[in-house]
Amino acid sequence: MNFTLKIWRQPGRTSAGTFKQYTIDGVAADMSFLEMLDGVNQKLVRGGEDAIAFDSDCREGICGSCGLFINGRAHGPARGVATCELRMRHFTDGEAITVEPWRAKAFPVIKDLVVDRTGFDRIIQAGGYVSVNTGGVPDANAIPVPKHSAEEAMDAAACIGCGACVAACKNGSASLFVAAKISHLALLPQGQAERKDRVTKMVAAMDEEGFGGCSNTYACEAECPKLIPVTTIARMNREFLLAKK
Amino acid sequence: MPTTLNSQIPGGPIEKRWDDHRFSMKLVNPANKRKYHVIVIGTGLAGSSAAATLAELGYRVTVLSFHESPRRAHSIAAQGGINAPKNYQNDGDSVWRLFYDTVKGGDYRARESNVYRLAQVSGSIIDQCVAQGVPFAREYGGLLDNRSFGGAQVSRTFYARGQTGQQLLLGAYQALSKEIAKKRVTFYPRREMLDLVLIDGRARGVVARNMVDGSLESYTGDAVILATGGYGNVFYLSTNAKASNATAIWRAHKRGAFFGNPCYTQIHPTCIPVGSGFQSKLTLMSESLRNDGRIWVPKKAGDARAPGDIPENERDYYLERLYPSFGNLVPRDVASRRAKEMCDNGHGVGTTKLAVYLDFADAIRRNGADWVREKYGNLFDMYHEITGENAYEVPMRIYPAVHYTMGGLWVDYNLMSTIPGMFVLGEANFSDHGANRLGASALMQGLADGYFIIPYTIGNYLASGTFTPAGTDHAAFRDAEKSVAGVTARLLGAKGKKTVEEYHRELGTLMWDNCGMARTAEKLKKALTEIPLLREDFWKNVTVPGSSDDLNGEVERAHRVADYFELAELMVRDALHREESAGGHFREEYQTSEGEAKRDDEKFSYVAAWEFAGTGAEPVLHKEPLAFEYVKPSQRSYK
Amino acid sequence: MGLLTDLYSSSIGKKITVGLTGILLCAYLVVHLAGNMLLFRGDGGAAFDAYADVLPSLLVIRIIEIGLFAVFLLHIVTGTIVWIQNRRARPVPYAVHKKNDTSDPLSRIMFVTGSVVFIFLVVHLNTFWVPARFGDGSHHSMYGTVVEAFSSPLYSVFYLLAMVLLAFHLRHGFQSALQTFGLKNLKYTRAIEAAGLIFWLLIPVGFATIPIFYLLNP
Repeated sequence: MNFTLKIWRQPGRTSAGTFKQYTIDGVAADMSFLEMLDGVNQKLVRGGEDAIAFDSDCREGICGSCGLFINGRAHGPARGVATCELRMRHFTDGEAITVEPWRAKAFPVIKDLVVDRTGFDRIIQAGGYVSVNTGGVPDANAIPVPKHSAEEAMDAAACIGCGACVAACKNGSASLFVAAKISHLALLPQGQAERKDRVTKMVAAMDEEGFGGCSNTYACEAECPKLIPVTTIARMNREFLLAKK
Repeated sequence: MPTTLNSQIPGGPIEKRWDDHRFSMKLVNPANKRKYHVIVIGTGLAGSSAAATLAELGYRVTVLSFHESPRRAHSIAAQGGINAPKNYQNDGDSVWRLFYDTVKGGDYRARESNVYRLAQVSGSIIDQCVAQGVPFAREYGGLLDNRSFGGAQVSRTFYARGQTGQQLLLGAYQALSKEIAKKRVTFYPRREMLDLVLIDGRARGVVARNMVDGSLESYTGDAVILATGGYGNVFYLSTNAKASNATAIWRAHKRGAFFGNPCYTQIHPTCIPVGSGFQSKLTLMSESLRNDGRIWVPKKAGDARAPGDIPENERDYYLERLYPSFGNLVPRDVASRRAKEMCDNGHGVGTTKLAVYLDFADAIRRNGADWVREKYGNLFDMYHEITGENAYEVPMRIYPAVHYTMGGLWVDYNLMSTIPGMFVLGEANFSDHGANRLGASALMQGLADGYFIIPYTIGNYLASGTFTPAGTDHAAFRDAEKSVAGVTARLLGAKGKKTVEEYHRELGTLMWDNCGMARTAEKLKKALTEIPLLREDFWKNVTVPGSSDDLNGEVERAHRVADYFELAELMVRDALHREESAGGHFREEYQTSEGEAKRDDEKFSYVAAWEFAGTGAEPVLHKEPLAFEYVKPSQRSYK
Repeated sequence: MGLLTDLYSSSIGKKITVGLTGILLCAYLVVHLAGNMLLFRGDGGAAFDAYADVLPSLLVIRIIEIGLFAVFLLHIVTGTIVWIQNRRARPVPYAVHKKNDTSDPLSRIMFVTGSVVFIFLVVHLNTFWVPARFGDGSHHSMYGTVVEAFSSPLYSVFYLLAMVLLAFHLRHGFQSALQTFGLKNLKYTRAIEAAGLIFWLLIPVGFATIPIFYLLNP
């Protein structure tokens, strides 16, 4: 297969960016999207040109490093996968593919397709944890956790922090990311002591970072590589209200 | 003249050693802890847990990661689980049994004392993680569930679906975030350590490259902890993440830290086979799949029929046949070697004939597809996206791939390297796994090191000496910065014709062919002549475009690959010198009549700790003899 | 008040405000529609006029009227603030953004549908409420005003169009409000969607019967 790629190039945080066109041929259907981009980069490097910068690490959809906006979709057209898992069989031979970085005020572009997602870390630092120090904790089986609570907590905890929810949302909202962590910890007995404090602080941190609000369009759920449901957002809202009591 | 390594192993009965040692170690008074500054490199399970715990104790901690966020470290990709001898299943587990299984699983090439301590603290890890909110799998009664892993006949593996590493890392990351919020930890993202700085013979800081603007930055402290993971990417294709690399430990090795057992490489049996020449990495399918999947190949060599067309009596479930008591759950090294043997003998399946089947048809018939989906759904989905095949209908195709490196920087019982003040945790050290690591033991070791060992042992080191403040204006930092800048300039200045990627692939193929699953003196000697030639060519003919003062992935990769050449040579040297087979190190010359690894305990019951003597120069071998007082070495049997 | 400002200062709090006022307005629409249905009693507008005359004379209604204005204002102002803030969260748009693949278009155009409904509201108040409340007293019956207004097909069509947009607005708005309150979960989603259907479809259709009636019987 061969493709024409329109890729966003931006030298640095403050410089202006523009789309540049590249072509690649000899792409196999089983290749991953990032392997296809590796191929483009090899060509550039051989020609002495600056490679296209993009984040990627584990290449099995779990580290959350990769994230490209491909043909108008976060992580491309396939459902429930991160960019690194996306295979070229989802595209048709000769197709033109536009590749953009995540776009959000809270995710400034660092270079080309690399964006700064440290805002997510600051939200977690605001309260996305259980405040226990190492040592002095009860035996792991001391507090039973109903299986369905553990399963639901795990559904939410599966978030990889890639930012696709922000990228897909028309408001650049981080609601799904924040709600996933709040839901995970609200569903477990270990998270109860700080439950009210946590939601208040994390929501404040989310607003402070410049993420937009939730308009309940549910685009985040549709694009989440881990299929985290928007019912977590309902739970976050509920937790937020109950914390005001 | 080889020196004797002091491993600092305490005396007395093994079950009391760690307690006695903890009591005899010096303490730092709580008010004084804040006067000490510890630098942690890497934020995987070992690094994050160590940084968080040290900060909780009151130390000032600086953490560096080449990732944008601590949560991206590759521990996140561990799937199957974490071991602990809780005996919740009442199946006869105990600290002793985990200790025994691990020493045996490591083919009697690990330190007994370390392994016993690991087994001892592993229960506390589960307690700690549950308290942090790690959503481990539960039974209907609300208690924790377990599953079985290779090399064990009890169920002691705790898991969170197929994402155990992710959940444990997020637990440690959240603990770290809590300390960052309290300003007891300062985290610097996108910084890659490129040199270790020694002052008066002690580790006092690092030089790191700011990967966004390319500037070199110096960080100073009273001790340095390396928790930077393994070096499986020497082989180019591995289950490691793309950015996983050996540079931090290799540069520390060049500054004087000995490298232990570099040839011990774990080849994981259940990975998705290589598809095309473009492939950038290999994907692991969790070992937990071997709980319910059955491994087989066609009995007839070269049988090209579709798996469904091969009748039951024409299939060879070779692991069940060869190892009736462990069956599909033999340790990884055994399973990998047998798969290779089957394919070498013409029984391989798929287009490349370098694969065996992992079949769930029986499990689906027995318990239904939904049951399988609940347990392994995410793995089946991943398999489907990568191969386009539905493993509920056709068996998975798997083949071994480089996964983990048991070797690493040599450390003593206190996890300190041969450089005073430099500690090494997790996969980066030569570790507690001997010549082969059992499944679900890496997460255990990383967290044991970080949560429960380094917090004590580092205090002993800090309390034992006096530390004059060393500012980053010290000449040692300037020298290190200059040396790093020199390497970068050489890489950029070569302006040759071949890309870093091309060299890396070439080195990887060379290593896989000659220092992979089955090694011979002949092949190793060949590699030993070819690697230096390739390395010299690299320095002359590599092309690294762009500039050093920019976000430039090519500069990052060039540094890493430059180090792989040197490390690869050491791995080959170590493999060549070890004239025996043990665990992940299989020399074809040394095998039993049944094709099992044949150790030579007379000559090789030691840790090989190599001292750097200059690039291209022959390194100096130091030996730490291994004593087995409790688990008597024997031919490993999983029949 | 502390609680209110606290709530209002966060993005979720503002959404809750929009949702809560929206639900109150929905409740008002039910009452309003019930009153309007008196038009169809076939009594020459007697009942409707009686209803329209008695309402303003009640003190409680006057108080509710002020409250209603406040609710409208809060809904419109907060909705606008939210819209502006949300737009600011993505200063650089995508070159290609296939929004329709991932979300319902109606959920994304609440500000547009809301704005049209707002224009309609101004016209509507100007036609019916302003003359009745601030007229010189020589007003003829409200029924007469209705008949006169709808004698213009243009007005009827405008009214119909506004009802379509109101339906669009309510279709997303009602269930979205419940999601915002945190009431939506797997168990209740179906019930909420059924209740939502009543609002987004039946209420605008109910109102739309009026211009349709006058368009068919000029």
